[in-house]
Amino acid sequence: MLKNRFPQIVFLFAVLLLTSLFFFPLWKITLLAPQYPEGVEMHIYINKIGGTSPATLQNINILNHYIGMKPIEPESIPELKILPIIIIAFIISGIVIALINNKYLFALWVILLIIAGSIGMYDFYLWEYNYGHNLDPKAPMSFEGESFQPPLIGKKNIINFTAISLPHIGGWLTLISITFTTIASYLKFKSKP
Amino acid sequence: MFKNSKSFLSIFATVIIASLLSCNTTENQASGLLNNDVASKVYVKPGDYDEFYGFMSGGFSGQLSVYGLPSGRLLKVIPVFSQDAEKAYGYNEETKPMLNTSYGFVPWDDAHHPELSQTNGETDGRWIFINGNNTPRVARIDLTTFETVEIIELPNSSGNHSSPFTTENTEYVVAGTRFSVPIPQKDVAIDSYKENFKGALSFIKVDDEGHMNIAFQVLLPAFDYDLAHSGKGKSHGWTFFTTYNTEESHTLKEVTASQNDKDFIAAINWKLAEKYIAEGKGVDFPAEHYVNRYDDKTHMATSTKVSTVKVLRPEDCPGLVYFLPTPKSPHGIDVDPTGEYIIGSGKLSADLTAHSFTNMLAAIEAKEFETTIASIPVLKYDKVIGGVVKKPGLGPLHTEFDDKGNAYTTFFISSEVVKWKVGTWEVLDRVPTYYSVGHLMIPGGDSKKPQGKYMVALNKITKDRYLPTGPEMNHSAQLYDISGDKMQLLLDFPTIGEPHYAQAISADRIQSKSKKFYPIEENEHPHRALGEKQTKVERNGNEVHIYMTSIRSHFAPDNIEGIKVGDKVYVHLTNLEQDFDVPHGLAIQGANTSEILVMPGQTETMVWRPKREGVFAFYCTDFCSALHQEMQGYIRVSAKNSNTPLKWSLGLDEEL
Repeated sequence: MLKNRFPQIVFLFAVLLLTSLFFFPLWKITLLAPQYPEGVEMHIYINKIGGTSPATLQNINILNHYIGMKPIEPESIPELKILPIIIIAFIISGIVIALINNKYLFALWVILLIIAGSIGMYDFYLWEYNYGHNLDPKAPMSFEGESFQPPLIGKKNIINFTAISLPHIGGWLTLISITFTTIASYLKFKSKP
Repeated sequence: MFKNSKSFLSIFATVIIASLLSCNTTENQASGLLNNDVASKVYVKPGDYDEFYGFMSGGFSGQLSVYGLPSGRLLKVIPVFSQDAEKAYGYNEETKPMLNTSYGFVPWDDAHHPELSQTNGETDGRWIFINGNNTPRVARIDLTTFETVEIIELPNSSGNHSSPFTTENTEYVVAGTRFSVPIPQKDVAIDSYKENFKGALSFIKVDDEGHMNIAFQVLLPAFDYDLAHSGKGKSHGWTFFTTYNTEESHTLKEVTASQNDKDFIAAINWKLAEKYIAEGKGVDFPAEHYVNRYDDKTHMATSTKVSTVKVLRPEDCPGLVYFLPTPKSPHGIDVDPTGEYIIGSGKLSADLTAHSFTNMLAAIEAKEFETTIASIPVLKYDKVIGGVVKKPGLGPLHTEFDDKGNAYTTFFISSEVVKWKVGTWEVLDRVPTYYSVGHLMIPGGDSKKPQGKYMVALNKITKDRYLPTGPEMNHSAQLYDISGDKMQLLLDFPTIGEPHYAQAISADRIQSKSKKFYPIEENEHPHRALGEKQTKVERNGNEVHIYMTSIRSHFAPDNIEGIKVGDKVYVHLTNLEQDFDVPHGLAIQGANTSEILVMPGQTETMVWRPKREGVFAFYCTDFCSALHQEMQGYIRVSAKNSNTPLKWSLGLDEEL
């Protein structure tokens, strides 16, 4: 009995992991430079942008304004309003699917979450591209041929800074959620009806 | 490929082994050197931190300096009693009230004794207090911001020298008068000293927020009350003051006040004083004085007048005060970590006197009185004495303790520090100082928990220790290693002003609590501008208020017109930065004051009275960023009767 229930329990558990996104950042971008020994760490949540200090965003915007990058203003980023709704939709539908306990619905949910995640990453790339390339021509400093786009994932040198872009707790838990719902679906397909 | 990685591995292994070997050899060499090489004992690697914060009084500079120990690196000078143009302390509108007294604005004092706050007899890193000797005051410095946050004036006092020594939970800091004066002050002949003069000892209550108020004063004969320390452990509840000039002389004191073989230590039972105050024995004396407090939210100081103090008189309060005869003109008074021994350093005596607290209580119990002076029982010397250190040196001044039962006493005349054993009174070691040491300091050395690793000698004479700098030399301090049996000189470094006493505390009791910036959302300054949209210029008659902000790398507004000759212009600058170590300064050409230097999240005000027509530049004085040199602006000053409209702006197309 419990063995039959196992994929369902794993699926439900993995779906509930997504609630962590309301508490932990999805992503982080760390800027390192000699004058910033502790680094400036920006945290991207599904509904806000923060950092290691409440003033992180202001400090990043101050740095960015020298090269004419547009200030990052969370209120003008529509994704921060849309994403929470999408995540809630995934959590509710995931719970319902777990209760229905249907293998096709399991698979469908996982595929939709992977598609949503991929679109999200592409959207993140577009924002980064936009911030990195759409510079004010009157900016105090201009660097011929230099790109200020932070890396999508990984490490990159941007003038005097090293920028490191990586998932934060919420991002990792989302990946774990995808992994476990995939495993649950696989087990479900394998198990005899 | 395989071969390559194999050879790579073997190279890798060789490198590791080689480096281990080389580590070993250097370690061996280093430990061999360490025994002799004092440099490595004070060497703090670039980027590393010192083990202790050292706080040294600035003496006649009026300030408090902060040194890292053991490196001897100057970390900061905290302005306390003197105006400091560097930080605009006492120049900007916010801190001027800090230096207010019943005599008006007093921009200088003579700072002597820093004293850290304590909990259970241990330094706790909350605050440090320091006395102003000349116009009697006690200041409190907050050790999260390293800024002076409170100064209380002491009425009925003159030469606030036996001050500000704490009780073991910082219930009180005490402040005794060195010079006796008519109390309350009046116009009398100086030679009516014995008849008209008195000495007042103040007990300043410190509440949980650190706020100071004078709880009571004890009115005593017209002696000079030189230094103090409070009891600890078993003697908690008592405070001891040394006296000289028990001859009650008023002229040529170097001779006339040095006649008596024994002067006194005044022992005050402050727990009993609290009872007498509760019983209403305190008499209200007229005593106008000011309490000045700085608020970290409004970023402003306010000065409040207090008109009276409660005074306790020994004749009304039996058991409040006893005199302990002590040879001869005792200067320093220091209580050992157990609270049993009270060491009085008779500066003109050949010996060092240690009174026993237990004996003192027994003598009081048995009424072993030699005599009574002004209702104060004088205890019999041989009934209170606990021990004598015989002929340890010349001119003993001050004693501090380590955590191994040893005491260290400075000798001004023989210019040395002598280590001796508490209880056996034997001299263990002596080291020279350069030159004529006054106070000494061991971290926690006047608390219940000394950390006997280092000792600092604070000297009065410098002479040839450093490159000459004209007739005036900074005073020198020496750092000694006292962890072993023998004291070892490690380092010699100059200090600011004259470092009288000092204190030190483990860095970890302060470091993590040190504030990095002021959260701007907590800024309650009445003239703040919490964003560029809030900046403005307002005129009210000839008074103009400019609400200005700074952020890398511009002021807002940076073009201002409509100011007139004869205006009184208040420039309120709010630093919008919220990052560690990004202050912005502001200076205006021709302003008859200092710059202002504004920390992130703070608001400060400069008053400027433009005297000439023209266009005057202002700029940021603290190199803040790559475009610091561009951080500048202009103010247009028009004639008194002109009608140039008031306007302000930032950038060509930006509206504020």
